[in-house]
Amino acid sequence: MKEEKQSGMTFIVKTITNLIVGFMLVFGAYVVLYGHITPGGGFPGGVMIALTYILITLAYGRKVVESIVSGVTGSIMDDIGAIAIIILGFIGLYIGGTFLFNFLPKGTPFNLFSGGYIILYNLAIMLKVGMSLYIVFLALAILQRVVTTRDETKEAGK
Amino acid sequence: MTLYFLNFVLLIIGLYALVVKRHIVKKILGVAIMEYAVNLFLILLGFKKSGIAPILTEDMDLRTFIHTAVDPLPQALVLTSIVIGLGTLALMVAMAIRLYERYGTFDMDEINRLRG
Amino acid sequence: MGALLPLFTAIPVFSAILMLIVGKFDKKNFPRIWSILTSLSLLFILAAIWDKGTIIHEMGGWKPPFGVVLVKDNLSQFMLLIVNIVAFLTIIYSYVYMKKFEDYLRFFTLFLFMLAGMNGVVLTGDLFNLFVFLEIASIASYALVGYGVDAEELEASFKYLILGALASVFILFGIGMIYSLTGSVNMADVARFIIKNNLGNNNALLMATGLFIVGFGLKAGLVPFHAWLPDAHSSAPAPISVMLSGVLIKVLGIYAFIRIFYCVIGITPVVSNIFITMGVISMLVGAFMGFGQDDMKRMFAFSSVSQMGYIAVGIGIGTPFAIIGALFHLLNHAGFKSLLFLSSGAIETSTGTRNLSELGGLGKKMPVTSAASVIGSLSIAGVPPFNGFWSKLIIILAAFSAGYVWLGAILVLTAFLTLAYYLRFQKNVIFGEPSSNVKDAKEAPLLMLLPIIVFAIFCLLAGIFNGWIISNIVIPAQSIILDQLGYISSVMGI
Repeated sequence: MKEEKQSGMTFIVKTITNLIVGFMLVFGAYVVLYGHITPGGGFPGGVMIALTYILITLAYGRKVVESIVSGVTGSIMDDIGAIAIIILGFIGLYIGGTFLFNFLPKGTPFNLFSGGYIILYNLAIMLKVGMSLYIVFLALAILQRVVTTRDETKEAGK
Repeated sequence: MTLYFLNFVLLIIGLYALVVKRHIVKKILGVAIMEYAVNLFLILLGFKKSGIAPILTEDMDLRTFIHTAVDPLPQALVLTSIVIGLGTLALMVAMAIRLYERYGTFDMDEINRLRG
Repeated sequence: MGALLPLFTAIPVFSAILMLIVGKFDKKNFPRIWSILTSLSLLFILAAIWDKGTIIHEMGGWKPPFGVVLVKDNLSQFMLLIVNIVAFLTIIYSYVYMKKFEDYLRFFTLFLFMLAGMNGVVLTGDLFNLFVFLEIASIASYALVGYGVDAEELEASFKYLILGALASVFILFGIGMIYSLTGSVNMADVARFIIKNNLGNNNALLMATGLFIVGFGLKAGLVPFHAWLPDAHSSAPAPISVMLSGVLIKVLGIYAFIRIFYCVIGITPVVSNIFITMGVISMLVGAFMGFGQDDMKRMFAFSSVSQMGYIAVGIGIGTPFAIIGALFHLLNHAGFKSLLFLSSGAIETSTGTRNLSELGGLGKKMPVTSAASVIGSLSIAGVPPFNGFWSKLIIILAAFSAGYVWLGAILVLTAFLTLAYYLRFQKNVIFGEPSSNVKDAKEAPLLMLLPIIVFAIFCLLAGIFNGWIISNIVIPAQSIILDQLGYISSVMGI
């Protein structure tokens, strides 16, 4: 006889998750977009955005987060980020003669739109890293579900 | 000098966990600790006593920036190395879960069918 | 012309990700055909930059030592030839072989990432860039080794994974030590700094040397770091065994050794002696352990350890003649070891087993595969007129002429041991009466036979035309190795 398991965590965790998720997403976007002026960039910003989805997974359970961003959507966004990185490199090869040539105008320092194509790179890396972490976590969660059901059937069969 | 010595102690702790412990997850944590130790070593190479972070703000003179900032090149190298370590760690954990499915145990001494 | 260099890594990565996107709609045919097209295009680009001297490409327009440079000199071109041709033939082979795993998409994606990583290791001129590409190739190979669903394959892959991660940690530590000494990670800049300040015996440099020997020795599979090699090479699917044993341990281990110790740090007698010692022990351990194996692929894996020992001895001796022998043996080993592993895959597909005690009499049932594996065994054992004889002869003569009499004797002894256990393989598998597993065996499909035949023809032709191959392909590579100042001046432009 199996009891109905309550998915996710307690009410306190769910309330705090509701409050924090918006802040985390905005802060992650800030770290990504201002990556060429303040420390940060694609990778830490991507990790923060992935952590947002992981927090929702831990607090609410896998089914809720899969209705927001499913595994297939995450995988496609991951591939789009990776293709964008390579295509930017090829555009640099075509325009400037060397791979990864900085082909956008560089503007005045300390402005948002300065530093050439670094901002585009930060966005592509954010997509790639964020979605990769999220998909890896989802895959491990699915694997863990397989292992625990196998353990439960072994326990029940003993 | 003591900083480098303590860093080396961290590396040795990671190596000890990798070699001596029998549980797979502890071995994985040993590899993770060793990677942390090497990343910390790379950052320590650029350390300067009473130096500032290598961020250029609008009101800073370029000359003072060069003289007082810590070395930014190892920090860029370490960013890449952390990402690589993350990839390896994810692969190791996935492999450990699949090993548990197949063998039913986390003990490395029993997962030893290939011999000779 | 230099703009073609980054394509060697960019095109496989782009193809891999494109295959991931399109593969959501078409899982079966698109990955295989697109991988063949990618590998073919890389061969065309290689033909375009062949023998054009040293080409430099500065990434992003930044000049060295501030930026990352890609350098193609004669040694890189030699390794690129080996890597890309073996990869192309392996992709053709795995078109049919991977049918039993039913997951073409992930296999070919990881395969292309591994190819991109190996191309990057060979073409780079920057120490940290070498580490990054080495990691890309290694992580792809960890995932590919554990591709099966049996228990033993997972254990082998896990062992390989842990030891490979340990090696990478040591290599990064060594790169950190060199950065602390010279203030730069560009290879030519480090070499110039070491020569100008005469830092040959600096303690930091000695520690970096030790760390590199441990790290790259683990990747190359030399004794005492060979523990992962038999398990990983025998448990992986046959095309991955070919890539691992035929190219990966050479590119990540031997090529990195040559590049760092001959072109960057500078070779000293201590390092040479360490190489020779590790090489001799590897040869003997590989040869003796190869006798007691029942599994065909495990025997081939121990034989790989033994042949890596030959190459390490050749590099350790250090005279131009010895290096020519070592590089020629590297090329030959890629040829005949790939042939042997591919034929073992064909045998396993047809009969369902790899154990020597259960096979026998395949010569009548699978004529082409048996003939090719006979050619492969004779080549690796060093029987004239196949190519293994010439490369081993050059190394043995170089050892005697450099004054290492005992070393030459051990080399000759190992050659006889190699002949012995390959004759055992021949007797058990090819000749004799057909055993119960072999009764229903049919010849392998055509796409699996084509690469086997190509490699067999290569072994024969490389033995007959060895003079042409040595003077046009090997000697330019060897002249780069001993010319440290030439390397520095061509990269830094002094």
